[in-house]
Amino acid sequence: MKQKMNGFFAAGLTITALLLLLTVVGAFWTPYDPNAMSGSEKFLAPCLAHPFGTDNFGRDILSRVMKGAGTTFTVAALTVLMGSVLGTLIGALTGYFGGIVDDLLMRLGDVLTAFPSVLLALVIISLLGPGSKYNVVLALGLVFIPSFARVTRTAFASARDVNYIKSARLMGASSARILLIHILPNTLNVLLPAITIGFNNAVLAEASMSYLGIGVTPPDASLGYMLSEAQGMFARAPWYALCTGAVIVLFVFGVGLIGEGLQRRSGEVD
Amino acid sequence: MLEIRDLHIKFHNREREAVSGVSLTIHDGEILGLVGESGSGKSVTAMSVAGLLPRKQCSYSGAIYLDGAELLHIDRKELRKKQGKAIGVVFQEPMNAMDPLMTIGKQVEEVLRIHTTCSREERKRLALEALAAVDLPDPEDIYGKYPHELSGGMLQRAMIAAAIVIRPKLLLLDEPTTALDVTIQAQILELLKRLNKESGISMLFISHNLNVVRKLCSRVAVMQRGVLVEEGDVETVFHHPQHPYTQHLIAAIPRRERKENRHGTK
Amino acid sequence: MKYAARRIASFLLTMVIVSFLAFMAFDVISGDPATALLGTEATPEAIAALRTEMGLDRPLGVRYGEWLLGFFTGDLGTSYVYHQSVSEIIAPKISVTLLLSFVSFLLILLISIPLGLSAAKRSGGALEAAGTAFNQFCMAVPPFFTGMLLSYLFGVILKWFMPGVFPDLSTDFPGAMRHIFFAAIAIAVPRIAMTVRMLKSTIQSEMRKSYVRTAISRGNDRSAVLRVHVLKNSLVPVITFLAQTMAEIVAGGIVVEQVFAIPGLGRMLVSSISNRDYPMVQAIVVILALWVVLSGTVADLVNQRIDPRLRLGGDR
Repeated sequence: MKQKMNGFFAAGLTITALLLLLTVVGAFWTPYDPNAMSGSEKFLAPCLAHPFGTDNFGRDILSRVMKGAGTTFTVAALTVLMGSVLGTLIGALTGYFGGIVDDLLMRLGDVLTAFPSVLLALVIISLLGPGSKYNVVLALGLVFIPSFARVTRTAFASARDVNYIKSARLMGASSARILLIHILPNTLNVLLPAITIGFNNAVLAEASMSYLGIGVTPPDASLGYMLSEAQGMFARAPWYALCTGAVIVLFVFGVGLIGEGLQRRSGEVD
Repeated sequence: MLEIRDLHIKFHNREREAVSGVSLTIHDGEILGLVGESGSGKSVTAMSVAGLLPRKQCSYSGAIYLDGAELLHIDRKELRKKQGKAIGVVFQEPMNAMDPLMTIGKQVEEVLRIHTTCSREERKRLALEALAAVDLPDPEDIYGKYPHELSGGMLQRAMIAAAIVIRPKLLLLDEPTTALDVTIQAQILELLKRLNKESGISMLFISHNLNVVRKLCSRVAVMQRGVLVEEGDVETVFHHPQHPYTQHLIAAIPRRERKENRHGTK
Repeated sequence: MKYAARRIASFLLTMVIVSFLAFMAFDVISGDPATALLGTEATPEAIAALRTEMGLDRPLGVRYGEWLLGFFTGDLGTSYVYHQSVSEIIAPKISVTLLLSFVSFLLILLISIPLGLSAAKRSGGALEAAGTAFNQFCMAVPPFFTGMLLSYLFGVILKWFMPGVFPDLSTDFPGAMRHIFFAAIAIAVPRIAMTVRMLKSTIQSEMRKSYVRTAISRGNDRSAVLRVHVLKNSLVPVITFLAQTMAEIVAGGIVVEQVFAIPGLGRMLVSSISNRDYPMVQAIVVILALWVVLSGTVADLVNQRIDPRLRLGGDR
């Protein structure tokens, strides 16, 4: 049983690490200038010089994917960072202190989480103005707050009544100290799987919005936007869509496997 | 009527045998108490009689005869014909042991639906009779209620009704009163005693509490770590325990309860 | 009965709040619709006249009330881009999106229920691990990518439908349905994976409950335990999940309609956002919200029929 759960985790970690490596390298070095056009190298199928082939302007797709994956990853990571930090903060405070604010916020969260994240993000984007990387992060980050708040709230609310927390309080520890030192580490069990799920939702939502042309737009081409470009030339250069799509799929798949491994591990502990 | 012969059960994920070499007999119309702490193997013994042993996860040997028919190695299909029909089981914690989304009436009738060809009306009549037999007030009303609408004591009565509605030969009671408070517990014990007297149904009563067993059973068997350490007439065992473990169990009963009992039921 | 009334009241309240938020938000950022309609070169007099004509000089609350009433009378204002009544533009698109959503939902049900039931039987072993990994993989594929692949394979190569050209629903219904069918597959794939996973874990956790042992002790075989007891008990979380699925399908539709060039609400929403056509965005957002909140409400009402314990809250 132990072996298998580590299997998911290890496989996920391997895939994610490889893609991250590609992304990090892409931030500093790419085989070609991702935007350099070449009239003589249009629509080249994958070959040694261009492992992922070239597009209609003769641009190297591997280089573009490396850069694009960087954008996609950055947006997703920032989104999850924003959602999890603010969500955990809200969940911790309302869960620990309870009261009417807690009731109201949770009711609001219930209504919000009923809405698909892409739909909510679209609404927020249309209010903020489409086309900017930061607006996408802001919109998705806002959308993800309730789900993180809910996960941590439950953990904090149940931790409030645990004996060692009570004794810490009796010994005069401040609320902030109790929340940070005593409870937060214990919520990692639920927080980590939530982060992997959130990350994946962010990648998929960002890709969807950029594909629709209202997410990240050039010059910050993300994988989603590249796919919308690739769709138009699918018949001539199917490798463009296939390679770009495969990177998104592998990214989400890898992180999904990590989440699966984490969930099985915490299930084992319980 | 029930004979357990040299029963050995070992779960694959455990080092020690859960039951090692238990032999027990229950005579017609008898109530046998099986006592031991948790992990003593008493529940596993009872579950193997009820056919609830997870066969794939353990190795087992020995034999269990119910009126001459062997149960331990019988194939699943044949076993299911006995389950519920020849052997009724009452579990502890009735609130969990009952299906929360099925009315009490339907759960009481379930054995009839599985094992008999009774018509719907006939089943209902028998179910109402059984509910009345366990002293539930207004059976007609209880029949249509859901488990969450009844108290723990009432639910346990309904569980007993569901187990006896088909008149099985043997009733297995796995700590049926443990989750209930003391007054309710006494009422349930009285009810079981009466059912035994009126219908002559044999019972295997499992408990960690020797005092409760003493109120109900004529004979008692004591298990420790999978082994049967003492067996005999309940009063004899109670007053002259042979095995140190039994002495220890008796010493664990508060003195006041021990006395009360002598003047009380018996 | 009381529970249902309460649930419906809360549904109406939620809709009022959601629609008010949508109205207010877009009203604030959209600036002056009169300017938007007439263009910036219009004379101030003309704009002022139009403002009075459109009733924009009245308070927000009154205008919200009228706008809300518009959902019942069919007057949702005028599109900035098409200079046409919003409701007239939207009406035919609603039926397309509804059709797409229902076909997707049906696919999800038909495929994930048998798969989920058989997955629930398995626990441990290489097959289960492989199934879980495949499941994660399906969840990782974005619907618009599946859509592209399907569109190329079945549209361009096999020519089972014309990618990019959506046949008219009323004149070529079978053609339109073929188009919708492939789009529905794209929407359904990740959701099927999630539903299978959900079904599996729900049924497995129900199977571990104590009442299952009782049922077995009464002589039920495995399939009877599942049929008579476990499935009904698994239904409540599953129905809640399916309501969420309904909502997610609509979101998936927004993107997939774009891939297949299906003229539905989602596609209209996206182009209206790009064009900053706020009356259109307002109306579509509220219609989609209605869909989401309505499916949640229906699920709650159904669940309360199934599980008597859920009725407790309303009867006191």
